[in-house]
Amino acid sequence: MFDVYEIRKQFPVLGRLINGKPNTFLDTGASAQKPQCVIDKMLKVYSEDYANVHRGSYLLSEEITLEYEKARKIVQKFINTKSDKEIVFTRNATESINLVAAAWGRKFLKKGDEILISEAEHHANLIPWQQVRDETGCTLKIFKIADDGSFIWDEFAKLLREKTKLVAVTAMSNVLGTIFPIKKMAQAAHNVGALFLTDACQFAVHHQIDVQDMDCDFLAFSGHKTYGPSGIGVLYGKYDILEKMPPYQCGGDMVDHVSYEKTTFAEPPARFEAGTPAIVQAIGLGEALNFMMNLGMDNITAHEKELTKYATEKLSEIEDLVQIGTAKDKGGVFSFVLKSVHPQDMAFILDKEGVALRIGHHCAEPLVHRMGYESVARATLGLYNTKEDIDRLVKAIEKAKTFF
Amino acid sequence: MTIEDLIENFELLEDWEDKYRYLIDLGAKLEHMPEKYYTEDWKVRGCQSQVWLVPKKEDNKFYFVGDSDAAIVKGIIYIVLTIFNGLTAEEIKNVDINNIFTRLGLNEHLSPSRRNGLSSMTEKILYYANIL
Repeated sequence: MFDVYEIRKQFPVLGRLINGKPNTFLDTGASAQKPQCVIDKMLKVYSEDYANVHRGSYLLSEEITLEYEKARKIVQKFINTKSDKEIVFTRNATESINLVAAAWGRKFLKKGDEILISEAEHHANLIPWQQVRDETGCTLKIFKIADDGSFIWDEFAKLLREKTKLVAVTAMSNVLGTIFPIKKMAQAAHNVGALFLTDACQFAVHHQIDVQDMDCDFLAFSGHKTYGPSGIGVLYGKYDILEKMPPYQCGGDMVDHVSYEKTTFAEPPARFEAGTPAIVQAIGLGEALNFMMNLGMDNITAHEKELTKYATEKLSEIEDLVQIGTAKDKGGVFSFVLKSVHPQDMAFILDKEGVALRIGHHCAEPLVHRMGYESVARATLGLYNTKEDIDRLVKAIEKAKTFF
Repeated sequence: MTIEDLIENFELLEDWEDKYRYLIDLGAKLEHMPEKYYTEDWKVRGCQSQVWLVPKKEDNKFYFVGDSDAAIVKGIIYIVLTIFNGLTAEEIKNVDINNIFTRLGLNEHLSPSRRNGLSSMTEKILYYANIL
C-alpha cells in the first residue's frame, strides 16, 4: 500500500517548519527532497567505505568499485537497458545531453542534416543543439505544440524527413507537464533513419521507464530530481552507438593505452567517464532508485495522477488564475499566473506561508514566451505531496491576492 | 522622506504582512518613468521580475529613477532610491545596504542574497557610480 503520510516521514526536511508554517514543498520539478535511506547510505560510504574507484589494489577500493558498479546495475534495472555498459554516469541530465551533442553531434552531423526538437524543450535540450548547429552547419528544426501545450502529431510528422538525423524531445515538459508519446515518436524517427534522444528529467521522477520498449537511442535524466543527490546524472545510449562516439572529455580512467605518441580509449561507458567520478553520489543515486522501485513506480504514478486531478480542479476554482499547459496527457506540473498579481509578488507571499514553488521562465525562455508570458509560477509534485499541500497552496494564493 | 524616516515607519509595523503592505504602498508612489527608459538597455539583470534603473549625474551627485512590473519589487526600488539618491560616487561605495535592510526589519524577508533584485540593483548602482 502507498501510504503517503508514512512515506513523508522518511523525508526529514519535510518536517521542518518554514517561516513557522508546515513545509509545503512544491518544487520537486526543480530538485527533489532526499529520503533518509539515501542520506544514511552516503553518510555510511563517506564514514566507513570511502576510497577511489577503479584504481586501488586494496580492499576499500575494491569494495567501493563494486558498490559504484552496483549503482550502474540499479540504473540498468530502473530504465531496463540491455546491458549496464549502456549507462554513463554524468553530472546531470544537462551534461548527458551536452555529451551527446559534443561527441555524437560534432562527429556525425554536417551541413544539410537536420536536428528536430519541440517547442517545449528545456534550455538543456535546446542550447547544445544550437551550438552543434553553429559548429557543423546543420539545421535545427523546431516543431510546434498546441496553445494548451498538447503534442500535435502532424506538426511533428511534417518536419520529420530524410534529412533529419536526430530527434531530441522531452518526455515530459518541465513547464507544461505535457507527456510526449516517446515510443511512437522514436519509431517514426527510426523510419526516416534518424536517432532518437529523450530528455526524461521530469518523466523519470513519476513514471516507469523501459528504454528497450521505447526504443530510444539516448535517454538522459538527473539524480537530484529522482530523490538522489545532486552532482550525478545518467546518460543511456545504445551500445553500438556509444561505441562509435569519440570521448567527451579526456583524462584518467577513460583510456586503454597511453603513450606520448598515441592514446587508445577505453570501451563505453568508461570512455565517457574521465577522471574520478561522483562516486558517493552514484551510490546515493542507486539507493534513491531502489527506494522508488521499492515503493513501486506504478504506485507513485497512481498517487500523483490522483493528486494532479485534485490540484487541477482546485486551481481552476481560483478566480483570476490562468493555468498554462492543460494537455489531456499531462503530469504533475502546474504553471500558472494570476491576472492581477505578478508571479514574483505572489512568490514573496507564498514563501512566508511556507509554500515553495518556482517562478520565472524555468530554463525554457522561448517556451514561456511562446505561451505568452515573461514569467510564470510553477508548482510541481513529488511522491511525498498530499492533498493538504495543494490546499495550503490554494489558501496561500488566495491570501496573496488580498495584498494587491 | 529620508531613509531614517523609512526606518522609523517600518519599526512601527509588527508583522511581515503589514511590512509587505507598506512596501506595496511605497512602490505605488514611484513615478512612471518616461517610456523611452523601458528598454533592454536599462534593465537590471538577475531579477525574477523586470526591473529598470536609469542613472543621472548632477554636480557629482547621483540620481536614479526606476520601476518594476512587480509591486513588492517596486517598493524595494523605492527604498533603494531613497538610500542612494543625492549621494556622490564615494558615498555610494560606502553604503552598507545589509545594515540598512536589517534596521528596516526587512533583512529576514528580503535579504540581498535572495533573487528579489535587491543585490542586482545595488550592484548596478555601484557600477554606474564607478563608470559615470
